[in-house]
Amino acid sequence: MAERRARPMANEPIISLRGVTKTYGSGATAFQALKGIDLDVAAGDFMAVMGPSGSGKSTAMNILGCLDVPTDGSFRFKGLPVESLDRDQRALLRRRYLGFVFQGFNLLARTDALENVELPLLYRGEDRAKRREAGMAALEKVGLRDWWDHTPAELSGGQQQRVAIARAIVTNPDVLLADEPTGNLDSRTSVEIMELLTGLNRDVGITVLMVTHEPDMAKYARTIVHFRDGLVERVDRNGTAA
Amino acid sequence: MFFTTILLAVREIRRHLLRSFLTTLGIVIGVAAVVTMVTLGNGATEAVAQQISSLGANILQIRPGQGFGRGGGGPQPPDFEMADVEAIAEQIPGVRAVAPQAQSSGLAVYNAANWQTTINGTTSQFFTAQQWALSEGRIWNDAEEQAGKAVCVIGHTVQQNLFRDVDPIGKRFRLRDLSCEVIGTLAARGQGGFQDQDDVVLMPIKAVQRRFTGNRDIRFIMVAVDDAYDTTSVQSSIQSLLRERRRITRGQDDNFNIFDTRQIADTLQGTTRILTMVMGAVAAVSLIVGGIGIMNIMLVSVTERTREIGIRLAIGAVASEVLMQFLVEAVVLACLGGLIGLVLALIATVIVAPLIQVPFLFDPQINLVAFSVSALIGIVFGYFPARRAAALNPIDALRHE
Repeated sequence: MAERRARPMANEPIISLRGVTKTYGSGATAFQALKGIDLDVAAGDFMAVMGPSGSGKSTAMNILGCLDVPTDGSFRFKGLPVESLDRDQRALLRRRYLGFVFQGFNLLARTDALENVELPLLYRGEDRAKRREAGMAALEKVGLRDWWDHTPAELSGGQQQRVAIARAIVTNPDVLLADEPTGNLDSRTSVEIMELLTGLNRDVGITVLMVTHEPDMAKYARTIVHFRDGLVERVDRNGTAA
Repeated sequence: MFFTTILLAVREIRRHLLRSFLTTLGIVIGVAAVVTMVTLGNGATEAVAQQISSLGANILQIRPGQGFGRGGGGPQPPDFEMADVEAIAEQIPGVRAVAPQAQSSGLAVYNAANWQTTINGTTSQFFTAQQWALSEGRIWNDAEEQAGKAVCVIGHTVQQNLFRDVDPIGKRFRLRDLSCEVIGTLAARGQGGFQDQDDVVLMPIKAVQRRFTGNRDIRFIMVAVDDAYDTTSVQSSIQSLLRERRRITRGQDDNFNIFDTRQIADTLQGTTRILTMVMGAVAAVSLIVGGIGIMNIMLVSVTERTREIGIRLAIGAVASEVLMQFLVEAVVLACLGGLIGLVLALIATVIVAPLIQVPFLFDPQINLVAFSVSALIGIVFGYFPARRAAALNPIDALRHE
C-alpha cells in the first residue's frame, strides 16, 4: 500500500474550505453552526479538530466527510467542487476516497470481522476472492488477522475499533475521518488506537482528520485546529500546542 | 452487483432466522391455502366428473313429476308402465337399452349380519345400459326375469357388509320377508352423485313389484342412447312419445322429466368450479394479509437498522443500492415463503385428498401463479419500506440510537 502512490507535495491541499457557512432551519429559528470557515488540509497531514461542544466541529466534520453540504462557501476535495455535487455523487466520492471511523465503532452486529471489513468492497463491486484478500490484508494491518471470524460481540472495544479502522482503510482511501475514535475506550487502548492511526499516516501516507476533545489524543496530530463559536479559533502546527 | 445484493439479503435472512420466518409466515400460509384450496377443488371437480360418468355415458333418466321444486299441489303424476318401456324400446331409434326400475328398500339379513339397503327391481337391460360388469356369478336369465324369481345381484357394499369373507354366490339371505338367492356380485363403482352406488340389491323387476312395492308401477326408466345418435334428439323423441302415451294435450306441461346425465355433469362441474374459485379467492385474501405482514416487519426492520443504513451510506452506498438491498430482501423473503407454502400445500393435499375422497391432481399452473404472486407481493409491499430506508439522511441515521 505504501508504494500505491507517492506522497503528494505538502503545499498542495487535498481539502480546501473557503468561507464555508452552515445554517440549520430558517427564519427566526435559524441557527448558524458555521460562520465562515477557511481551512486547508495538506495531503498526508494528520489533523486533529478540537473545540467545545457547540463549536461547530461536528458540523465541519460532516461537511469534510461529504455527508453534508455547506449552506454557502466552497469546499474543494482534490479540486472537485463538493458543494455542487448531489447526494449520490457525494456517496460515490466517499466510496472512492474516504474512510470513516466512529466513536461508537458502528460495526454490523452478528457479522464477523472479515465481513464487516469487506463491506465497502461490496459496494465497489469487487469479486469474492479479491474482497477476501483485501479484507484479510486490512485486518493484518490492524493486527487482527486471527480474529477475522469473530463477531463484534466477541471482541473488546479496542478490537472493535481496530476492525472499524480496517474497514475504513480496506479501500485505500486518501482521507480517513475519525470522529472521537477513542471516546469509548480506556486510556491504554486509546494509545494503541492512536499509534495505529499515526502509523497508517506515516507509513501509508493517508491523510487523517480526527475530531477529539482529549488534548492527550490531539498530541499525536501534526496539526491541531481549534474551533469556537462556529469559527476556526487558531491552528497549531507540529505539536507547538503541546 | 445484483448477485451481491441477493447474497446480502440471504445473509441478512440467515442472521435473523426466526424473525425472517415469522415475517414470511403470512405468505407461507397464504400460498399454502390458495394452492391447497384450488388443488382440492380441481380434484373435487374431477371427482364429480368421474362419478357422473360412472352413472353411465349418454344416459337419459326419465322420472314422473314436474321438474324441480314443483312437487306440491295437484295430483301426483302417475308412474310409468311396462308398456311405456316397451314403446320406447320399439319406437325410438338410437336407443341402445331401456331399463325400467322399481325401487324399494329393506333390511337384508344373513346369519348374524344385517344391512339396510336399496332394492332395485329392473331388467337385464340395466346391466347393458349402465355397462356395469359383474365381479362374479351371472345375471338372471329371461325365464327368471319373466317369472319374477327371487334371485339377486348384489352391490359391493352389500357384499362386504353382509357376507364379509364368505363367497356369496349361491347363498340365500333374507331381504325383508323374502328369501333371496345371490346369483351374482357387481364390480365396485364408488360414490355416484350423492349416494353409494354399490349399496344396492338388484332383482328382476317383477319380483320387486310383487313382493315389495305391491303394484306394477315403474318408478323411473333409464335409457341408454347409442353413441352414434344425438342425445338431445333422442330425448325429444322420447318426450313426444311419452306425452302421447300419457295423453298430455297441447299446451299442457309434461308430467315427467327427462334428465341427461351429461347436463347434470356439466351443472355439477360448473358448481364445483365456482366453489373452487370462491375458496381460492378467500385464500388469496390471506396472501394479501401476508404481504402486509412483510411490509410491517420490513418497516420495523428499517427503523431497527437505521444505524446500519447510516454506516452503509457513509461507506459510500448510493440511495438506489440501499433501496435494492431492502427490496431484494423483501422479495427473497416473500419467495422463500412462497416456496415453503408450495411444499406445505403439496403435503397437505397429498394427505387430505384421500380423506375427502377426491383425486390428487397436481396443477403446475396454480403453483406457478401462487409463487409469482408471492414474489409480486414482495415487490409491492417491500418497496415502501425500502424507499424509506434509501431516503434516510446518513448523518441522522448514524446518530440514531
